[in-house]
Amino acid sequence: MLSELPAILIAGPFLAAFAVSIFTWLDSRYCYPITLIGLVVSLVSSTALLASIAQSGPIQYTFAGWSPPMGIELRIDLLNGLVLVIISCLALLNLPASRGFLQRDMPEKTGTFLALYLLFVTGLLGVTATSDLFNLYVLIEITSLASYAMIAMGASRRSPLASLNYVFIGVIGASFYLLGVGYLYIMTGSLNMSDVASLLPAIASSQAVMVAFVFCMVGVWIKMAFFPLHIWLPNAYTFAPLAASRAIAPLMTKVMIYVMIRLMVSVFGLDYIFEQLDLQQAVVGLAALAIIAGAVMALAQKELKRMLTYIIVAEIGYMVGGAWLGNQAGMTGAVLHIINDALMTFCLFLAAGNMAFVLKDLHFDNLKGLFRSMPLSMGGFALAGMSIVGIPPTCGFFSKWYLILGSLQADSHLFLVALIASSLISAVLFLRIIEKGFFEPLHSHGQAVHHQAEAPAGEAPPMMLIVLAVATVGLFAVGLLSGSIVSNLILPVLPGGLM
Amino acid sequence: MAELLSEIVDKYNYWLYIILMMIGLYAMIVKNNLIKKLVGMNIFQTAIILFYVSIGYKKDATIPIIKNAHGHGAQAAHKAIEAAEYINPLPHVLMLTAIVVSVATFGVALALIIKIYQGYQTLEEDEIRMRLRER
Repeated sequence: MLSELPAILIAGPFLAAFAVSIFTWLDSRYCYPITLIGLVVSLVSSTALLASIAQSGPIQYTFAGWSPPMGIELRIDLLNGLVLVIISCLALLNLPASRGFLQRDMPEKTGTFLALYLLFVTGLLGVTATSDLFNLYVLIEITSLASYAMIAMGASRRSPLASLNYVFIGVIGASFYLLGVGYLYIMTGSLNMSDVASLLPAIASSQAVMVAFVFCMVGVWIKMAFFPLHIWLPNAYTFAPLAASRAIAPLMTKVMIYVMIRLMVSVFGLDYIFEQLDLQQAVVGLAALAIIAGAVMALAQKELKRMLTYIIVAEIGYMVGGAWLGNQAGMTGAVLHIINDALMTFCLFLAAGNMAFVLKDLHFDNLKGLFRSMPLSMGGFALAGMSIVGIPPTCGFFSKWYLILGSLQADSHLFLVALIASSLISAVLFLRIIEKGFFEPLHSHGQAVHHQAEAPAGEAPPMMLIVLAVATVGLFAVGLLSGSIVSNLILPVLPGGLM
Repeated sequence: MAELLSEIVDKYNYWLYIILMMIGLYAMIVKNNLIKKLVGMNIFQTAIILFYVSIGYKKDATIPIIKNAHGHGAQAAHKAIEAAEYINPLPHVLMLTAIVVSVATFGVALALIIKIYQGYQTLEEDEIRMRLRER
């Protein structure tokens, strides 16, 4: 049973996606329960996997009995085991919270949406679990295709346009990655990650390997929206239907960061990256720039969802910078921040979703006095904001602590300044909204009046509040447990070469 | 000069894929019409497919089906397989999957373009941008 778990993990949502698309035609009432079952299967198996890996080491699964390096292999160790749990957990939590949106905004398309959602989760789980470089490319494209389609289902006239821009840029990113894999294949003749890793040191001085590395990194950076390559993200995430953006925003970018760390650690090797290539300073500098630029652009926004998307751009800078600092604290911070940031972003988008369910338009002026009409949603939002700023005991504090420690050890002052400056800017961002919600009168004039007259001030449906509460508790739980997460789950997987 | 020329001729497949890729990238960045951008995207993807197909090729090699595997019975079975006699099938098989991916992307993009046309009654990017500003 345990040896089959990696396959069940991915087959669960995948088969459910098929079943849902069949039931869309037969009887659409069954779509939602089937989706729930598929996601529960993946959550249970990913948790069981992580528990067994923590005790008895990595698990390998080979498809159709072809042993690697010939066959395709799934290899799950602590690093991706942790990411798998986060993916399946957030994907499952998002579902009940989004049901209200699906029933209200797209009743006749619910089945289609759920099938796409399941494919998206399947792709993410596959990207995280696989240990084959070409398989990774195909799964990235499956994930992206599902998210293109989900983004285009938004209510706004601009959603298809935002999605098409994402398609163009996403294809360039994936193609660069594929090209990098091609160069690696020319040099090593293998596509299995650990096999490539064992063949690379002998040819490390080759220019082609460097080209392969740069192509892979640029491809992954485009997909994760690393600062100068981020243009597609704000529009795509703002105009997506909230049910979709709440899953895509926390998960897609984080999984691509995981892919970057996986390529750095398990394929090219940190010795190669930090000793043979002279890119570290440049990338950390770029990450610092990403943090500052993301925070400043967030400051310029007047709409809540759009502001959150720019915060994501800044957060990506944190993780890329942390991974490239080249020391243990930085890498620990980056890995821990994958989990924390997925949780925080999820929480923020959940709260924003609750508000959007009632208000429809999240312009800052509409948020006035919202603490009185929606105290719970605003409370969740404020707590998640605290975590983004990095106030203990929320989880955001702990990963930021490791990142700051790492930047001090690496003598990277620019990155340190960027981290602190962006914390201050996010404090301004969130206090501005909290102030509007808390101190300003409920509404003065304009659209809000009409709206409030129709539907008296009220909270979002209970299911959405429950999910938000669970996610908020998660923020504190992960924060308080971060010591044992780091020592039991993250430190053992980091290679010994890191100081 | 002659050295450079022979360098280019020796590795002409790489040069070809780079030229094709740049044509595709140019179309995606410069063209105003969304369909032309989409065609540029397809050229971009095809360039990479050609790159992969070309790296599987070997001089004086044949298709990867074992020679005389059935014909001469026991004698054929004992003959060792010479890898140099056959072209490498793996990049070609990978590209079957990549072609499927690119067709799927193309289809999704076309569907999006139909939706955009329904929303704006045009496919020229500057006109779409103008209509967005009007609103």
